[in-house]
Amino acid sequence: MKTTTLQGIAKPATVALAVALLAACGSKDEQLDQAATQETTTADSGFDTGSADANRQPAQPQPAPVDPDAALREQRTLYFAFDSAELDSESVKVVRAHGRYLLANPGIRIRLEGHTDERGTREYNVALGERRAKSVERVMLLQGVARSQLSAISYGEENPVDLGHTESAWAKNRRVEIQYR
Amino acid sequence: MMFKRLFVSRPVIAVLGLLLATASHADLRIRIDGGAVGAKPIAIVPFVNNTGSQLDTDVTKVIGDDLQRSGLFEPLPEDAMIARPAGPGDVKFQNWRAVEVDHLVIGSVNVRPGGGHVVRFHLFDVYKAEQLIAFDVPTDSRSGGLRSAAHRVADYIYEEVTGIPGVFDTQIAYVTVEGKGPSRQFRLVVADADGYAPKTVVNSSEPLLSPAWSPDFRKLAYVAFEDGLTSIYVHELATGQAQKLVSKRGHNGAPSWSPDGREIVASLSHQGSADIYRVNVANGKLTRLTDSSAIDTEPDWSPDGSDILFTSDRGGKPQIYIIPASGGRATRVSFEGKSNSRGRYSADGKQIALVNYDDQGYRIGVLDLDSRQTNILSRGPLDESPSFAPNGAVLIYARQTANGGELATVTSDGRVRQRLSQTGSVREPAWSPYLK
Repeated sequence: MKTTTLQGIAKPATVALAVALLAACGSKDEQLDQAATQETTTADSGFDTGSADANRQPAQPQPAPVDPDAALREQRTLYFAFDSAELDSESVKVVRAHGRYLLANPGIRIRLEGHTDERGTREYNVALGERRAKSVERVMLLQGVARSQLSAISYGEENPVDLGHTESAWAKNRRVEIQYR
Repeated sequence: MMFKRLFVSRPVIAVLGLLLATASHADLRIRIDGGAVGAKPIAIVPFVNNTGSQLDTDVTKVIGDDLQRSGLFEPLPEDAMIARPAGPGDVKFQNWRAVEVDHLVIGSVNVRPGGGHVVRFHLFDVYKAEQLIAFDVPTDSRSGGLRSAAHRVADYIYEEVTGIPGVFDTQIAYVTVEGKGPSRQFRLVVADADGYAPKTVVNSSEPLLSPAWSPDFRKLAYVAFEDGLTSIYVHELATGQAQKLVSKRGHNGAPSWSPDGREIVASLSHQGSADIYRVNVANGKLTRLTDSSAIDTEPDWSPDGSDILFTSDRGGKPQIYIIPASGGRATRVSFEGKSNSRGRYSADGKQIALVNYDDQGYRIGVLDLDSRQTNILSRGPLDESPSFAPNGAVLIYARQTANGGELATVTSDGRVRQRLSQTGSVREPAWSPYLK
């Protein structure tokens, strides 16, 4: 790992914080939990170590570095407008946070899984979901993330998270899921 | 016209194939929604069983159900039969004029020397008081047996009266989904056109898409997901052998056969965005036909082989375009509503069935290539995957209900609709070509 020089900065306490935060958020993705934990120990150490978050940890004897991307990276689903693959500015921030993490951790790979709502024809929707996944991929490639760390696939409308036929169900289904491998 | 009212007043439910114990899952249940107004009254006298043994198929009922579901015929109820002539010499036309039927069918099931059965039938024009056709239809080695022979009798009658070949002895392919979440089970199924005798061709825990019949009726191309990756397979129905035809980076989808069966046209995205390619079935060689940054997908080869239609959003929203099969400039042909997609040529190449999207949702339309008019045939709001029957008179498509997807058919004039429902969700229908 090229980030060995940073390891001296990371404190075990930081790891505990990251784990605690993730656990509190009820994350289901163990792999990502581990990945995020690992990241805290290795990446982006240049940020203010005296962050206010330190006081949320009564057990800590001293301040620890906080990764400002951690909260953004907890968002692993990006949503889209109907028949659109455009990322809004909030989604771009999320994507870039994941991108920074991948830049700092070249050994980690993710899968970008595009999905659509049930409207429109099935094959078109597979292509639309792929276009969504690729628009996320493009942001990361522009950040300098290696192509080998990324794969963009699409399930079209085949794997909805909400089986309803309402606007709110459709909004939940138009998405790209960022999956750490 | 008491009989007409009898049929128009409420939907008729025909439960088919419940006796077929070997079916892997429930058969499709057919419900006729459209009225039979203007349908031709026909009397089908119960066929005489000359075999001396119990038959596994009610030939009379199969013929009557076929003709009724076409929307063009209105069979006389059996309890209204005023006579049961066994042979042509027994027919008294004035009896049948009295019950106002235009046509009369009589027949019998006989032992075929050497094995199997022969279904003999006579079709009469009641008002002209003459026989129109009479045939001996043998059962063949195909699994359909007597049932298939009965479909062929219905095809003869349909064609003689309407001038259009019947499609009762054809098949449909479709995809079923059972279960939810990770326990979902996808099946590619082939059944008779009336939904009878479904056979599972492919089983998968991941989505199956886009079945497409080869023109010789022997193979199905389809798309299978495997851990998020897609491949186009060619499945030979007789042997059950599957060949992975295309499995490149990105999506490999939307297969449709060339009229000579040697090539498949498909949408592949390994070069970036989805584009249209010809794929040689024997060696997998690719010929690229479109090169746009837009989505180009859902191609279909014209019956004369000269053109290929496809869906593209190169103009902003999905629309139907046509490109020469040898490559060249694509021409947009659909303009009605907000968007149009998933086109399929009619057998004469003059019409395109498509999914039209406007304020009333996604509905099945037929675009006439001469007049450029689109005739909307279904009610929406989430209809898709239209496919013409080989005679062009009926289309099958998928619709969404509160209980999941189901199949439906509509006559190409929009007059008669049927719903084919079953437990579980059904989608992606494709009507076979004529059996050869």
